[in-house]
Amino acid sequence: MAALPALVMICACASGGDATSSTTAAPTTAAPTTTQPIKPSGSITIYSGRSESLVKALYEQFTADTGITVSARYGDSGALAAQILTEGKASPADVFFAQDAGALGAVAKAKLFSSLPASQLDKVAKTYRSADGMWTGVSGRVRVVLIDPAQVATPPATIDEVLDAKWKGKVGFAPSNASWQSFVTALRVTRGDAAAAEWLKRFAANTPKAYQGNGAVRDGVNAGEVALGLVNHYYLYEKIAKEGADKVTARNAFMTPGDVGGLVNVAGVGIMTSGRNRGAALAFSEYLLSDKAQKFFAEKTFEYPLVGGGAPAVGLPSLADLKPPTIDLSDLDSIAITQELLSKAGLLTK
Amino acid sequence: MPPSQRPPVSLVAPAVVVALVAIAPVIYLVDRAASSGWNVAWREIAQQRTIDLVARSLTITVMATILCVVVGVCAAVLVTRTDLRGAKIWRVILALPLAVPTYLAAYAWVSARPSLAGIDGATLVLVACCYPYVFLPVCAALQRIDRASEEVARASGRSGLSVIWHITLPQVRTAVASGALLVALYVLSDFGAVGTMRFESFTWVIFGAYNAGFNPSRAAVLSLVLVAIALGVTLAEMRARGRSSYRLGAGASRSGFAFRLGRKQIGATLFLTVVTAVAIGMPVGSLVKWLVRSTGQQTDWTDLRRAAFNSFTLALIAALVTLAVAIPAGVLAARHQSVTSRVVERATYVSHALPGIVIGIAVVHLGIRLLRPLYQRTPLLIAAYVVIFLPLAVGTVRAAFEQCPPRLEEVARSLGRTRRRALWQVAARLSAPGLAAGTALTFLAAMKELPATLLLHPTGTDTLATRLWTHTSVSDYSGAAPYAAALMLLAALPTAVLGWLSGRLVGDG
Repeated sequence: MAALPALVMICACASGGDATSSTTAAPTTAAPTTTQPIKPSGSITIYSGRSESLVKALYEQFTADTGITVSARYGDSGALAAQILTEGKASPADVFFAQDAGALGAVAKAKLFSSLPASQLDKVAKTYRSADGMWTGVSGRVRVVLIDPAQVATPPATIDEVLDAKWKGKVGFAPSNASWQSFVTALRVTRGDAAAAEWLKRFAANTPKAYQGNGAVRDGVNAGEVALGLVNHYYLYEKIAKEGADKVTARNAFMTPGDVGGLVNVAGVGIMTSGRNRGAALAFSEYLLSDKAQKFFAEKTFEYPLVGGGAPAVGLPSLADLKPPTIDLSDLDSIAITQELLSKAGLLTK
Repeated sequence: MPPSQRPPVSLVAPAVVVALVAIAPVIYLVDRAASSGWNVAWREIAQQRTIDLVARSLTITVMATILCVVVGVCAAVLVTRTDLRGAKIWRVILALPLAVPTYLAAYAWVSARPSLAGIDGATLVLVACCYPYVFLPVCAALQRIDRASEEVARASGRSGLSVIWHITLPQVRTAVASGALLVALYVLSDFGAVGTMRFESFTWVIFGAYNAGFNPSRAAVLSLVLVAIALGVTLAEMRARGRSSYRLGAGASRSGFAFRLGRKQIGATLFLTVVTAVAIGMPVGSLVKWLVRSTGQQTDWTDLRRAAFNSFTLALIAALVTLAVAIPAGVLAARHQSVTSRVVERATYVSHALPGIVIGIAVVHLGIRLLRPLYQRTPLLIAAYVVIFLPLAVGTVRAAFEQCPPRLEEVARSLGRTRRRALWQVAARLSAPGLAAGTALTFLAAMKELPATLLLHPTGTDTLATRLWTHTSVSDYSGAAPYAAALMLLAALPTAVLGWLSGRLVGDG
């Protein structure tokens, strides 16, 4: 029995690895006010709602370029937001890098973000950041209708055309996917709950096929199991990158300009008020908006760069051409209501 | 002269402390629910949707529990009381599903048969993964009951089935009830199966309230309803258990006596094969498929080894600490039946019905305010594991001490041993296999745990479960396969030990 506490201690030490993080940089706190800022250093803790396989290389590059070490805690964006809301002002996080605007909005609402400097905010179009400057989008993803060209001569141009009876039983979607739920939230925000419920009712009546995730929807379309798939634009490019263009027959159909079916959601970043290394945290958000990181998102994750001039991956229409619907992304935090609506329509749970 | 029934303070005090720690998450939930005002909380509870949820959660809990009891008891009777061929191997194989995390099993099933999504699939997975909670204690209990009455009944002309139903099973009621309790609490708390199968149970909605609603208060209110259901379930178990009895007889348990299966041998083997195919074959099959697909990919062996080491170490520490803190409560429940002992024991069970994310968030809340230096460090993660898995250990400690007659200790004391030495020399030795089983059970469960681990693990310390999640969260099943395989292999070891122990719980060394 007496050996147990000792065991715990041993493990606590062995598993540390973040012993360095306690020695973070006090000297940098004065940096923002001076004209010649002291170069930020030390380390930061990032709560990363973006998955390790997507962004770990970027964090390593950031460390290599700036000398600031990164302790990343990966998790589901929503769960991390819940954790931050519970931790409150004592949160060990310096930065929250989230997969979607809803999670960022929830943390901003709890006043746990400190505002970003105008020099960073101004790089990103207003549509893709919070109005009060608490967070900014970093990269964007577009909702598309993925089509199997063998079954689809003229792809639907709006999200309402997906409801056409000719697609009965031929539409694939991923009920528990966050981007699908964000789209339905956008539908609610733009048309009102009643109209959104009506759309869902008609969608459900068309007996769409539920898949486990967006990747499965994509594979289903590519294999011809369904004719249409409601997914984000980059799933197609992931498959092409992995298997080669000749193996992939599915194509993206982008929605008519302004149609809510072409919603652009963002992954974004906010700086925590609780952070103990604001200088380094700001260096990180700055880095995410740099050409290097923007290029990383375009080339490695096939997302849309959000900083002016950043070109999307080859073959993608630009955001300027797509003219996505204008929606305040902060309004997309009411996903719980969306889920209730989906449940009622029989599209989420069983 | 019978010893005083008053439990010693040295036993009650630690047991009460442990019980308080175990209900700390509930205290947090009450506080959180109250923070939005009781009116809001009440409105949340009193709405039709919540009532529907209660009904849905009760339905799946009752269904899964009954099925687990049927499968677990049948399997236990077959391997312990019949001349089933290969009974010893079956005993180990039938325990193995405990090594399979529900999220993996559910994914394997739903990707093969999408139409299973919903209550059918969720129930299937939960029964497949949980029946060993009934099978193992019932095996152990069947092993040690007095066989004389069976032989008498048999001799007086009753059929084999009738003897099992009327004579054998009533004697293992306690074991069935305690196994069923663990199943019911687990089903109430599980997210892996209902999440993947998209069955809207309480846990589904609680996860949604955190992850999609960013509404911890709502999650807290709903969790409290879950706590209330859990209390009801534990009370029901107390009734079903009846008064436990000690085995006092000199009768050493004999092996060798068995019901002849005869032509039913094939049917019995077929039944166990189907159970194994569903519970083990399906997930392992999918795993093999992913592994084959992943051959092109590079496996990071260093990373895999590190994660396996972390999983093993954390789970082992969690199991040992849990066992240590479970002993006072377990001994108290076994030896001193009183209101205090009952309240203490039940208190340790309540949190087991709460989903991992709820315990995790509660520990986040308490840890960051009260134990800031330990936050996101190993000790606090272990503390969360202890709270979640305490009932697994308390239950086995209780069962282990119930079966070694206090009279032996009394004899030891009459021979001049102190109470503590008597307890150590007699009871501890007799109950050792039971305690080992409890440790193995906790070890397994801790190794599979995910939601609380994600919230509380020390930064940079990844486990097999978190690495598995890293890959599955981006639908990279090939990348996940090596971690899933390592997790199930590591978990299979203690599970096999459990199956083996279930035959040796008599303590006849």
